[in-house]
Amino acid sequence: MHSVEIKDLDLNFGSVKVLQGLNLDIHDGEFLVLLGASGCGKSTLLNCIAGLLEVSDGQIFIKDDNVTWKEPSERGIGMVFQSYALYPQMTVEGNLSFGLKNAGTPRDEIAKRVARAAEILQIEPLLKRKPGALSGGQRQRVAIGRALVRDVDVFLFDEPLSNLDAKLRADLRVEIKRLHQQLQNTIIYVTHDQVEAMTLADRIAIMKGGAIQQLASPEEIYNRPGNKYVADFIGSPSMNFLEGVLDGDAFRVGDQTFSTVGYNFKSTASGQASMGVRPEHVVIGDAARAMPNTVDTTVDIVEPMGSDTLVWAPVAGNRFRIRIDGQTAISTGDQITIGFDAARASFFDAGTELRL
Amino acid sequence: MAIADDAQSPSAVQRERTQRPNRLFKNMTAKIASIPMVATALVIFVGCTVWTIVHSFTNSRLLPRLEFVGFEQYERLWETRRWLVSIENLAIYGVCSLILSFVIGFTLAALLDRKIRGEAVFRTIFLYPFALSFIVTGLVWQWILNPQFGIQSVVQRWGWESFAFDPLNNADIVIYGILIAGIWQGSGFIMVLMLAGLRGIDEDIWKASRVDGIPVWKTYVVVIIPMMRPVFITALVIITSGIIKVYDLVVAQTSGGPGIASEVPAKYVIEKMFQSQNLAQGFAASTMMLLSVLIVLIPWAYLEFGGKKRG
Amino acid sequence: MADATVSMTGPRGPKPKRRFSPTNIMLYGTLFVVAVYYALPLYVMIVTSLKGMPEIRLGNVFAPPVDITFEPWVKAWAEACTGINCDGLSRGFWNSVQILVPSVILSIAIASVNGYALANWKFKGSEVFFTILIFGAFIPYQVMIYPIVIILRETGGFLGVQLMGSIWGLVIVHTIFGMPILTLLFRNYFTSVPEELFKAARVDGAGFWGIYFRIMLPMSLPIFVVAIILQVTGIWNDFLFGVIYTKPETYPMTVQLNNIVNSVQGVKEYNVNMAATLLTGLVPLAIYFISGKLFVRGIAAGAVKG
Repeated sequence: MHSVEIKDLDLNFGSVKVLQGLNLDIHDGEFLVLLGASGCGKSTLLNCIAGLLEVSDGQIFIKDDNVTWKEPSERGIGMVFQSYALYPQMTVEGNLSFGLKNAGTPRDEIAKRVARAAEILQIEPLLKRKPGALSGGQRQRVAIGRALVRDVDVFLFDEPLSNLDAKLRADLRVEIKRLHQQLQNTIIYVTHDQVEAMTLADRIAIMKGGAIQQLASPEEIYNRPGNKYVADFIGSPSMNFLEGVLDGDAFRVGDQTFSTVGYNFKSTASGQASMGVRPEHVVIGDAARAMPNTVDTTVDIVEPMGSDTLVWAPVAGNRFRIRIDGQTAISTGDQITIGFDAARASFFDAGTELRL
Repeated sequence: MAIADDAQSPSAVQRERTQRPNRLFKNMTAKIASIPMVATALVIFVGCTVWTIVHSFTNSRLLPRLEFVGFEQYERLWETRRWLVSIENLAIYGVCSLILSFVIGFTLAALLDRKIRGEAVFRTIFLYPFALSFIVTGLVWQWILNPQFGIQSVVQRWGWESFAFDPLNNADIVIYGILIAGIWQGSGFIMVLMLAGLRGIDEDIWKASRVDGIPVWKTYVVVIIPMMRPVFITALVIITSGIIKVYDLVVAQTSGGPGIASEVPAKYVIEKMFQSQNLAQGFAASTMMLLSVLIVLIPWAYLEFGGKKRG
Repeated sequence: MADATVSMTGPRGPKPKRRFSPTNIMLYGTLFVVAVYYALPLYVMIVTSLKGMPEIRLGNVFAPPVDITFEPWVKAWAEACTGINCDGLSRGFWNSVQILVPSVILSIAIASVNGYALANWKFKGSEVFFTILIFGAFIPYQVMIYPIVIILRETGGFLGVQLMGSIWGLVIVHTIFGMPILTLLFRNYFTSVPEELFKAARVDGAGFWGIYFRIMLPMSLPIFVVAIILQVTGIWNDFLFGVIYTKPETYPMTVQLNNIVNSVQGVKEYNVNMAATLLTGLVPLAIYFISGKLFVRGIAAGAVKG
């Protein structure tokens, strides 16, 4: 069953086309993350779903109901904003109940829903306080609570954690995940943070230039990125790319030749291509010699990061990043052998940049 | 930032200068450059104010004299019908212009904030009177309210023979005639202030209220207006300090007439000082004006700066 | 709009809007009526100033002129009488210009240096003086007017020049009373300039004036424009100081205008009066229409002046 369905959606601001011919099906109870750099149209899309922006063309269905012309409050959605957008002059309780009161919900029903939301989010002690007296994390809980009391099937989150510091962000991230497991609602979640996307999502839609680049599970997106943009965007440190020529089972970069045996090509491919190798899929030392592809090189720069160490060493004249265990002793100028398996690499067409 | 010791003698500065161009010497320049500011603050704002207050307790007439007579000038002031009329006018004008400026200013700002077409045109029209002086304002409205040729006669010629609207010649309502002109001149600016305040409100608040299904008018009343408190306070201070200074408008529009029906305190002061050679009366009246400003200003300053103790 | 061939039917694309919804009629109706109230006086001024007196006596202030005549403008500019002088508003105009130019330059020069010193060269007590200055902006002018008369008279006598009643006396008064708001304006602006820039200039050996002229001045052009707009409008529109600190030969335009229109002698020539009023309003109106957004910034900054 579809929870939210978007058909041929266009959105223009004047002559600027922000979203173009966008289609998206979101299943019931799914946690979908819209991920992309700023200006990619992800928040715009969310605002269209919410009804806060009027679409230029296309349709939006929520629970198989055509809501394209409906007001946000009639769409059966709850929304959480980056800036929390709490009503500053009302108490937490007032914030939670304001919309319900306005919709004419019976008093005891309001009390019941507020109590339930407060319990789920553990904000009972804060109910009588005003937003000004709360910390950022508490405010965001209240904002989530305001969406919760609406008792709807679809929650929209617009970069809800961006205004929080790193530690709080990690804590609240887990809570949102727990909330989703508990409530099993559909959640559409916009973020530019790939860690949030990877940890939370059932599926991720990576957006660029108003179009979805790839819609897939986090595992799929990480291991089999659909195009070079996605491959580069996901993963930190980002993927190494080597430009070269595909010829049968060989990939030639300058005078280096790598074996592509083990890589699952969609169809037989040859010609100009680029090979992407994740820094964490490269090994050094004895383990490297066991790999199908090995390169001897010299360490250029070492960036220790505690848990692991990022090593820069040239491969076929290109800068190449290698992520190794933080306990490995290594220093600039060391001669090393690195190795990787083409089965875990990605190949992209040089022209279309699509996965081969 | 360079904070140097104040207790250096000029000769020390001279010596410093020849030795090395250090912070002290440079800061000396800053101090010298600040002389006009210091002089204005001390001589004009403190000195002249104190001087006037002191002389309000004397019996100075044509020339200031230090012959103290206690509160006699104030007693006489509050027995003068003209002063009482002035105060009453100021009160009516003040209350009405405060309410109207707020209502008109906020309503117009809210209307313009609804993403309307031609916003710039409307804003330009609402604000241009603020560029004009009170003299120009007063004279235009004197002409429009002219009973023989202005609005009254136009409406009468349209067929409503008994229509009467002649505020400038009717002692009972003359202050409202001035009010019409004053609001015309100043409310556009209050609108601009309010519009800036509305534009400063987080867009997400509006989105949240739409998701919650709150009607627009209710969002304004329950959510937005309470959030605009700082803007309202600024507007309040601006309007009030403007009201107390009302002078040119009355001079141009009615010259205080008919009779003394549209006199205001500021005009009383100027006339006592420069025309009727009754200086001490003028000083006493101006001190009363100062007092009324302080009544507005001190609570405001307390609210605004009282919380944080850092200048 | 719903097409049977499309699997999904129902609403599609933007919600059709009614152009004349009750909300829109209310919204634009209100704005339009209010706009008429605001625009009317300017319109009345213009049409009245272009009519002859016989046409005005026929009576409708709102009727457009039948016979357009520029005579009232000529008369207002060159012939209108104040007391025994009959050389029109032109004299007041030139007086105002002579007052305006030095007042604007002097007040902005002093206030910008004040603001700069307060932002970057704080010294012991500088904040105290600044606070006094800001509070001074709220003191009714009436309280300080008379002592300033004495100061001008005495200093003038001491220096052997006529300050009281002269244009220069008025220039000083405008400089003094423009100081609080302008100083605040410049102080706030210079405070917002990154401190690193100032420190870098110090390291490079620049002093108080060097930094002011070579770093701060070139990068604060917009704030100077705002200050100029604020001062030109304020000084041009001033009446109170003009009437007190000048004498009939040096009256600024506003004072002369008031004397022409409100003179009790002779027959009232409403068309000449309105032409004179428009002439006086022309300078600030021109600034307003040309500078647009900057004007709004200027008056917003000058707001506390009241």
